[in-house]
Amino acid sequence: MTFTIPSFHLSSIGPWLTLTVTAILILVLDALSPKGRKVCFSWLALAGLAVAAFQTIGLWGSTGTDFARMVYIDDFANFFYLIFILGAALTVLISRQYLEDYGKNMGEYYALIIFATVGMMLMAAGSHLIMIFLGLEIMSIAVYVLAGLFREDLRSNEAALKYLILGSFSSAFLLFGMAMLYGASGGTLFLNDLPLRLGADPAMAPLVLLGVGLLIVGFGFKVAAAPFHMWTPDVYEGAPTSVTAFMAVAVKAAAFAAFARVFFLAFPAIKVDWNMVLWVLAVATMTIGNVAAISQTNIKRMLAYSSIAHAGYLLMAMVAANQLGAMSLLYYLLAYTLMNLGAFGVVILVGRKKDSYLNIYDYSGLGAAHPVLAASMALFMFALAGIPPTAGFVGKFYIFSAAIQAGYIWLAIIGVMNSLVSVFYYLRITVLMYMKPAEADLGPVVFSPALTAVVALTAAGVLAIGIFPGCLYNLAMNAVKIFPGL
Amino acid sequence: MVVPVQYYLALSVALFALGVIGVLIRRNALVIYMCIEMMLNAVNLAFIGFADYFKAVDGQMFVFFVLTVAAAEVAVGLALIVAIFRNRGDVYVDNLNILKW
Amino acid sequence: MLINYVPILIFTVVAIGLVAVIVVLSELLGKKKHFPSKDMPYECGMDPIGDARHRYTVRFYVIAMFFIVFDIEAIFFFPWAVVFKSLGWFGFWEMLVFIGIISVGLVYVWGKGALEWE
Repeated sequence: MTFTIPSFHLSSIGPWLTLTVTAILILVLDALSPKGRKVCFSWLALAGLAVAAFQTIGLWGSTGTDFARMVYIDDFANFFYLIFILGAALTVLISRQYLEDYGKNMGEYYALIIFATVGMMLMAAGSHLIMIFLGLEIMSIAVYVLAGLFREDLRSNEAALKYLILGSFSSAFLLFGMAMLYGASGGTLFLNDLPLRLGADPAMAPLVLLGVGLLIVGFGFKVAAAPFHMWTPDVYEGAPTSVTAFMAVAVKAAAFAAFARVFFLAFPAIKVDWNMVLWVLAVATMTIGNVAAISQTNIKRMLAYSSIAHAGYLLMAMVAANQLGAMSLLYYLLAYTLMNLGAFGVVILVGRKKDSYLNIYDYSGLGAAHPVLAASMALFMFALAGIPPTAGFVGKFYIFSAAIQAGYIWLAIIGVMNSLVSVFYYLRITVLMYMKPAEADLGPVVFSPALTAVVALTAAGVLAIGIFPGCLYNLAMNAVKIFPGL
Repeated sequence: MVVPVQYYLALSVALFALGVIGVLIRRNALVIYMCIEMMLNAVNLAFIGFADYFKAVDGQMFVFFVLTVAAAEVAVGLALIVAIFRNRGDVYVDNLNILKW
Repeated sequence: MLINYVPILIFTVVAIGLVAVIVVLSELLGKKKHFPSKDMPYECGMDPIGDARHRYTVRFYVIAMFFIVFDIEAIFFFPWAVVFKSLGWFGFWEMLVFIGIISVGLVYVWGKGALEWE
């Protein structure tokens, strides 16, 4: 038996390597530095993320596969790399002061954020089901630990354990789906080979459907789609706020990257079957998310339900399953990263020390006390509700047009009605900030430079890509050309 | 003697179903965790059965990765369960109700 | 046919011989000192007699976690060892990188003081 080692280019996974080395370096430095001495891990993490971003831009435009067809190199992956890097970098920036208040500004936190980012990249670029599973688990395990970061806090414990149990439960479903597909396809796990091999034997059709169904369950858990959303509010409420922000944007983006890649590439032939299931999931997710968000008084819990609702809108783009739908997925995930991280930045600022003020009524009178902060929160709320001229509006516009283009008029109508419902609870925050006097003096807001910068940057970004979406539209349109079946 | 692939599959589906039922009805976090491991092992069995049937090695490689990932998950899970036990003195999921379940 | 098993025979002889040498040498050279706790049957550091339902100290769980993680990583050596020769030097260096990454984990655990009993 002889093996030929396939040729490969390390440069095609440059961003992964850079981030892995950064995270390992942080871990080693953290373990070896004497107790009490502060090493500035956040800067190291940011430097690693910046290098990875440059490498991604260097990869832009190249297409193909590498490492014996295990890795896709294309702009779809590159676009998602940038979303993940942006999400991770903004999370690192909002974390520092927050963690210091808790006395938890540890190297491991940054290392885990970066490891999770590497896992997400594997999910976005994997061309083999093993790669996608490994990416998912690298990401998930890192995030389980992050959710339980505040070891002494019962809420954080509880959130982490719930996330871990339901997360591994869903991974098992995903894996069982992969095993069924492996059997149905006659022994291949490459996404490129799956469409041909799955159609080869009509007797295997039930096995294929079972596999696809189980994959929908597994991915549905990760993107927090109803009826697999039960963990989301609890985990988002109990986890440290900065980790919640990371989970809401980057983890969701990664899950959708793998979801879209697998379904658009491997199962175009049975689109009719999974489209119907996703249609139901999308409607249920939007409606449950929006209706449940109305009655929430904890801002983190409200944002959790809002993130469920957004998963519903994104599923709508999956249902449309056309070029415009895939493009709107990329655009909306980027816009969502900006507006949601901005909102969580404000939540951390208003929460003062150690998340003391998380009730929505703590936002009363903010407009008078801190006009600029209140204005940016209002902007994020408008963006999440989808009011022009923000990025949220443009993203929703693309998604709804994609659904109409694909002939799903009713889905689009339900989506618009859901957006109207969501305006209620997003605007309530704005009304509280501007129309209600402060109930009590909550103490001064400490504007740490990094946190302020994040809020300013995301606010500017939400407006910029909302007013000038053309450039991003072209980039995303180019990126989704890789799906021939759409 | 060759074991037909259907037998592997039937056993794997049965194990998986038992695991799912266990996760849904048991109340001790450790036992729930063991049930999840059982589900993962059911997956492994299905992969090995198929890999043997098709004479393809990807399935067997997948099992290696599933095993390592399961070990990592167990390590994190044990750590969390120990942390919870230290904080509250039991590991029953019914008592994890500070956040609305 | 049977000649194929000679390496196993040699391996068995070496293994038994090595153990015998170690046991005999330590019997000859070592100091002999008896005290009660040393003469007790060994049971992983626990008191051998007592209630079976008593609670283990949490340190055991920590060690168990490290064991699971580091032990399972060894699984990747098996397929590698099977095709070691045909992989050549490239496979060797690749495995060294893998071991290196695992060692980083060990260094981290060590540096954090998690291996110390107290």
